Amino acid sequence: MPHDHPPHPHDHAHPEGVDPHAPAPDFGDERSRWYEVASDVMRDMLIEQNVFSAREVRKQIELMESKTIQLGGKLIARAWVDPEFRQTLLKDGKAAAASLGIPVTEASLTVVEDTPAVRNVIVCTLCSCYPRSLLGQPPSWYRNKAYRSRVVREPRKVLAEFGSAVPDDVEVHVHDSNADLRFIVLPMRPAGTEKMGEAELAALVTRDSLIGVAPPRAA
Amino acid sequence: MTASVAINTGRRFSAGDQVRVLDLPKTGHVRTPWYIREKVGTVTEWTGKVLNPEDLAYGRCGGPAVNGYRVVFDQRHIWPDYQGPAHDKLHIEVYEHWLEKA
Repeated sequence: MPHDHPPHPHDHAHPEGVDPHAPAPDFGDERSRWYEVASDVMRDMLIEQNVFSAREVRKQIELMESKTIQLGGKLIARAWVDPEFRQTLLKDGKAAAASLGIPVTEASLTVVEDTPAVRNVIVCTLCSCYPRSLLGQPPSWYRNKAYRSRVVREPRKVLAEFGSAVPDDVEVHVHDSNADLRFIVLPMRPAGTEKMGEAELAALVTRDSLIGVAPPRAA
Repeated sequence: MTASVAINTGRRFSAGDQVRVLDLPKTGHVRTPWYIREKVGTVTEWTGKVLNPEDLAYGRCGGPAVNGYRVVFDQRHIWPDYQGPAHDKLHIEVYEHWLEKA
């Protein structure tokens, strides 16, 4: 573990070959990998050919990074209070979102429903497919090989590590977002929220609850 | 599935069909993960007809479009040493040419 306090007598061991006083690694320190270089070169060439401008690239990044959980929260809260909307959402997530004025640019949005008998969890084992136009960028752990390989292999253990162990009488359904479908979980409305309005309910919905690793809670 | 339905839709499978995932000797941008190959599951729904990502990734954008299906598997069938109850499931999307009737 790097530490920057003054020299001191060591009563703890440092692993062989590791500089204990090396600065902590920072984002961008790693050497660019092949695909990063290729993508930079491609972007520069397309800008040079006037296919798009640097300003448009920046605007697109800004748009992608401006998406937050709020839109997802709005969808879920409406489904909790409006049974008809709930049916539409489960049948065609994209159409349901559009009816609230929320554009989803992915080909489709499939909504899987938690019930007292079923817990759902989403993964993309091949890469990091995620409904970005609705929820923005996925969390870093969603893209890690550890999550991607383990949640299909031992979902109950992974869910327990997220603090949401599933009792054995409840089915765990893992959804691999490996191809054209994109997913969110429709979690169960938490107990103790009977008097809450739609906006208050929407605020309970978290990113992780839409991936399925941690159901929303009232407090 | 009746023959007339198959002819009308051009789909080889319907919800409820038992299917086996093929282990095709394809490399590159394939969307059928290794862990699901040669496993037997049940079709739950047709997901539409899309241009095949296996072609699109290499600039072959002219089609043909392929049918996709959602298929559900028992976790204990996928992983013989699965640590969990028998009712746990895994759902995945598979393109038609990767499937055969089981």
